[in-house]
Amino acid sequence: MLGKHILVIMAVACPSYAFAGAAERGEMVFKKCRSCHEVGTFAKAKVGPPLNDLIGRVAGSHANVKYSKAMVAAGKDGLVWTEEVLDQYLTRPRDIVPKTNMTFRGLKKPEDRADVIAYLKTFLSDEIIVSASNDPDVSPDILTIAGDPEYGEYLSGTCVTCHQVDGTDQGLPSITGWPQSSFVTVLHAYKTKHRENPVMQQFAGALSNDEIAALAAYFQSVP
Amino acid sequence: MKLNRRLFMGTTVAAAASLSAPMVLSASGKPRVVVVGGGAGGATAARYIAKGSKGAIDVTLIEPTRTYYTCFFSNLYIGGLRDFSSLGHTYGKLAADYGINVVHDWAIGVDRDAKTVMLAGGDKIPYDRLILSPGIDFVDGAVEGWDVSAQNKMPHAFKAGSQTQLLKAQIEAMPQGGTFAMVAPPNPFRCPPGPYERVSMIAHVLKQKNPTAKILIADPKPKFSKMALFQDGWAEHYEGMIDWVGPDFGGDLVSVNPDEMTLTIDGEVNKVDVCNVIPAMKAGRIAEIAGVTNDKGWAPVNAIDMSSKMDANIYVLGDSAQQGDMPKSGFSANSQAKVCANAVRGSLTGSKVFPAKFSNTCWSLIDTNDGVKVGATYQATDEKIAKIEGFVSKVGESAETRQTTYEESVGWYSGITADMFG
Ligand SMILES: Cc1cc2nc3c(=O)[nH]c(=O)nc-3n(C[C@H](O)[C@H](O)[C@H](O)COP(=O)(O)OP(=O)(O)OC[C@H]3O[C@@H](n4cnc5c(N)ncnc54)[C@H](O)[C@@H]3O)c2cc1C
Repeated sequence: MLGKHILVIMAVACPSYAFAGAAERGEMVFKKCRSCHEVGTFAKAKVGPPLNDLIGRVAGSHANVKYSKAMVAAGKDGLVWTEEVLDQYLTRPRDIVPKTNMTFRGLKKPEDRADVIAYLKTFLSDEIIVSASNDPDVSPDILTIAGDPEYGEYLSGTCVTCHQVDGTDQGLPSITGWPQSSFVTVLHAYKTKHRENPVMQQFAGALSNDEIAALAAYFQSVP
Repeated sequence: MKLNRRLFMGTTVAAAASLSAPMVLSASGKPRVVVVGGGAGGATAARYIAKGSKGAIDVTLIEPTRTYYTCFFSNLYIGGLRDFSSLGHTYGKLAADYGINVVHDWAIGVDRDAKTVMLAGGDKIPYDRLILSPGIDFVDGAVEGWDVSAQNKMPHAFKAGSQTQLLKAQIEAMPQGGTFAMVAPPNPFRCPPGPYERVSMIAHVLKQKNPTAKILIADPKPKFSKMALFQDGWAEHYEGMIDWVGPDFGGDLVSVNPDEMTLTIDGEVNKVDVCNVIPAMKAGRIAEIAGVTNDKGWAPVNAIDMSSKMDANIYVLGDSAQQGDMPKSGFSANSQAKVCANAVRGSLTGSKVFPAKFSNTCWSLIDTNDGVKVGATYQATDEKIAKIEGFVSKVGESAETRQTTYEESVGWYSGITADMFG
């Protein structure tokens, strides 16, 4: 009885069932990574970096991690953890960054790599915040307001009391580097109380349309 | 009448400063800002001024301790949900990454005519603008029988550090079935939900280690922050353990005897095992020494920029300030610091001054994963920092909501400490 219930709820909550399956299998695969990497709300740096918001991150760029020189250099040379690059790297890490500290030998099976990447993708805060939302459309007049980034920087003081300005997710979603239109849409969803968090409703509620545009302009420019 | 004149003077001066934005130069060629107190208000202000002015302003931060232990989350440490070391933060990045001159010393005097700050070590530091964020001190004689010399027997633990460790150790050493007592402070005081979150965390420990122990709170206030939420949570998690004695039952008529370990409430003597005395508070002493406090012991400020109503070159942040509607919290101090930093930069270098906006949220933990919050936004009016709109968690929320609220507070802690210390 209970089992059935859970199944029903899951099916409703995860419209793309195949994706959920991959991510779930990926969670099992990720056990191999756990001795060195954390992921999730409270993820911290261990031997390796926390893997929230990994996709799109520059290699060797997490603030709280002691990387190998090779990894930092690779990042400086432009290595970014896209899904394709991760897939190659996870096949045999030392083929991609020969002197990486990561002693893990690799995941031979392509489906294991795909699953673990699907799992890591569930920890992309932008993804969760921006695309998974059913936020109401914001009128074009508001969406196209040109925000003043200098004013936005001042206003951002309020945001970074909780959110990390370096864009990491340390329990709260990353808010840097978003496309302006998404940022504006999300803040308006709080302002109009379509989104529920009362802390955010209150902050957004105190902002004018111009101020929201200013914040969006500023945060888009923060890497 | 007097207040009106001050208010008028204060706002005129501040308005004039932001309009004409005069350049102020020191001998070194750069305007100088001195910040006293490296806590929630002071560290944030120093960092924002240094960051925003990109070296155009000389910033000196005076703070006696090398490691700042946050009061926020210190109750979670008492509850065993956080390491002591996780509360400690140092000033290395403020010095290295932001070029702030961090001086580990006490400020012991302010010469407002010469515009210098005297340090315990003997140095005199000149300023063009002085920012005071020294937190709180206790009102002498507020609790009969207690003074600071009794703080090892009856700790306050309302300045974090060794006091917090002491209180935790005393609670853990309580005999089975013993009594923990708290003397709660009158308004206004730092962190309105703080004493009650503390009681929750102590109950959380006792429930596991000493389930027959009792908690007794003597409170001079008829109501306290998030009262319904706490009382509901206490009934749910710690049934029968906590006795709250409000002023109707003599909670305002207390005395203590630290040698005998007794707490007397309205003539009735209670033998207790641990007694956490949280006396009435006032602005940190240096604010009084600087002559910017009023007869109530707090430093009145102008809401638009946190400048003192007594001296246009001095700003007071955080717990010490009497600003209006904001509660005395780390979040508030941090929020005020950014408004102040923006105004100070404007007055010294002519950078753009944006309108003051303030906000606050205070999270409290009742039991593991049972978090609640209260918050509001504020604006500057001629008279004070005035509340615009607020919210508070509701009694009977789902466990999931409460857990999310707690997790949010963990995110906030890393956010605000990064915002203070870089
Ligand atoms: C138990 C407890 C729990 C709390 N929980 C929360 C919470 O969850 N959220 C929240 O927002 N707030 C919380 N607070 C409140 C918060 O800690 C304070 O409101 C905040 O620290 C105030 O900032 P401040 O800058 O005014 O003072 P502080 O942060 O106390 O900083 C003052 C600094 O000034 C220094 N100083 C003092 N005098 C001098 C001098 N003469 N010369 C040089 N330096 C000096 C001190 O050493 C200190 O470092 C809590 C407080 C307590 C006690």
